[in-house]
Amino acid sequence: MNASLQADFPVYSKRGPLTYLDSAASALTPQVVIDAISDYYINRPVNVHRGVYRLSHEATNDYERARQTVADFINARFEEVIFTRGASSALNLVAQSYGANHINAGDEIIVSELEHHSSVLPWQQLARQKGAKLVYVPLEKGRITLEGVTSVMTARTKVIALTHVSNVMGTITPIKPIIEAAKAHSIITVIDAAQSAPHMSLDVKALDADFLAFSGHKVLGPTGVGVLYGKYDLLEMMPPLEWGGDMIDVVEKHTATHKNPPFKFETGTPPIAQAIGLARALDYLQALGLDTIHRHEVTLKDQAIAAMQDIEGVTVYNADTDTGIITFNLDRVHPHDAVSFFDEKNIALRAGHHCAQLLMHYLEVPATLRASFYLYNTEADVSHFINALKEARQFFTEVGF
Amino acid sequence: MDKLKNLYRQIIMDHYKNPRNKGLKDDEGYVTDHMKNPSCGDDITVQSKVEDGVIKDIRHDGTGCSICCSSASVLSETLKNRPVDEALSISEQYVNMITNQPFDESVELEDAWAYQGIRDFPARTKCATIAWLAFDNTLKK
Repeated sequence: MNASLQADFPVYSKRGPLTYLDSAASALTPQVVIDAISDYYINRPVNVHRGVYRLSHEATNDYERARQTVADFINARFEEVIFTRGASSALNLVAQSYGANHINAGDEIIVSELEHHSSVLPWQQLARQKGAKLVYVPLEKGRITLEGVTSVMTARTKVIALTHVSNVMGTITPIKPIIEAAKAHSIITVIDAAQSAPHMSLDVKALDADFLAFSGHKVLGPTGVGVLYGKYDLLEMMPPLEWGGDMIDVVEKHTATHKNPPFKFETGTPPIAQAIGLARALDYLQALGLDTIHRHEVTLKDQAIAAMQDIEGVTVYNADTDTGIITFNLDRVHPHDAVSFFDEKNIALRAGHHCAQLLMHYLEVPATLRASFYLYNTEADVSHFINALKEARQFFTEVGF
Repeated sequence: MDKLKNLYRQIIMDHYKNPRNKGLKDDEGYVTDHMKNPSCGDDITVQSKVEDGVIKDIRHDGTGCSICCSSASVLSETLKNRPVDEALSISEQYVNMITNQPFDESVELEDAWAYQGIRDFPARTKCATIAWLAFDNTLKK
């Protein structure tokens, strides 16, 4: 992994110099993905599954090939991959279709304080509607552990919905043993892989996950597309959430039937260009190798954390992070004040609650800064960031914080 | 860095560290408005007390960044004892200034003028306006 990767991402030459440390929110887009999207719009910009003419046939092939690429990426079957608007809508689909038909009053749903709002709120709201109970895993030093999960599993537990990698703490959840424990009690597992898919190989068969979701824009793909994986027998018994174009089979005046999965969950014209772009992004990641990417970002993160611990007046909340995510604050400086300093140095950091207000409560802070490293970051980015952090500490002390 | 020094002026830091008129009143004569910026956690409550068309008192409390918290304090000092019409006019010109809209420079913004530096940081305009918008709301209730 070296600086030349930045040449693959046009934003660096168009808007640089840029030290982009917010990939946990959205990754940058490589030229190959932009080209794949353009190719669709230039050469076959037509609808899929409908037209009986050459262009539409080609567009359909490309769209469905994209589904196969996603299926291969996570070791799923073609018909187990649903294209959604993003991880959020994928997780909502599970709660509203599977959950709404299988969760009853008194049932229990296990979640955690590490969840992104999109992984916990669909279940929180369903629990409120159904009179079910939302149960939080007790965290062990900010981590989800197998013991923590099993300690709250009961005969009434129906669903365990957990993040694979925390978008704030950067910790990896031991989902394999957790899923094993859940299976032993016929509990359905829903994995939010939005922060893991960009950085590690996923094998839904080996994991035995029932549902797993991730977003396109975090894996170098476009916005507006995400993926829901579901085991076929589960998808088959789940009702569609939206009725209308493309997902139907036979339509009568007072009745209608729908297609099989995955198509029954893809109502209307799907995000065709986005799915094609996403598949191209996954090819790009796999050509580099996910293990190589993970090692690269962990190396940069280790360098950064070692340097940060030598700076007085900086608090790191997750020095033991397993991935390229560092969450920190300048003592006595609100993250929104701090982030403007970094912005002036062309360093893009995230400041706020990161869609994880429950975790902010757990850490007892209103908000934090977050730096997240990805494949295009370099050691020069680390030193630029560390120098800026030192200068920021000095600046804010001088002006009176 | 000059832009940052311009943003974090002494006057702003002074109001941030020594806020005036801070703390809410439990008094029926006050109208209260609460505003939040859910994306960053700024959370500000502003109260105004109007008698005979004049703003007799302004109180505020909340949490947020230095720009947000200090601007509530500056607002309270700038607008206290002014007729409602005049206060609303200053508030309007202030918000226009912050958001880079044309504004009437003849309107005396007093210490609130210090926030002109925010125009170099468009991502921060919400921080500087949230307390003022909450104040406007108290007069509309």
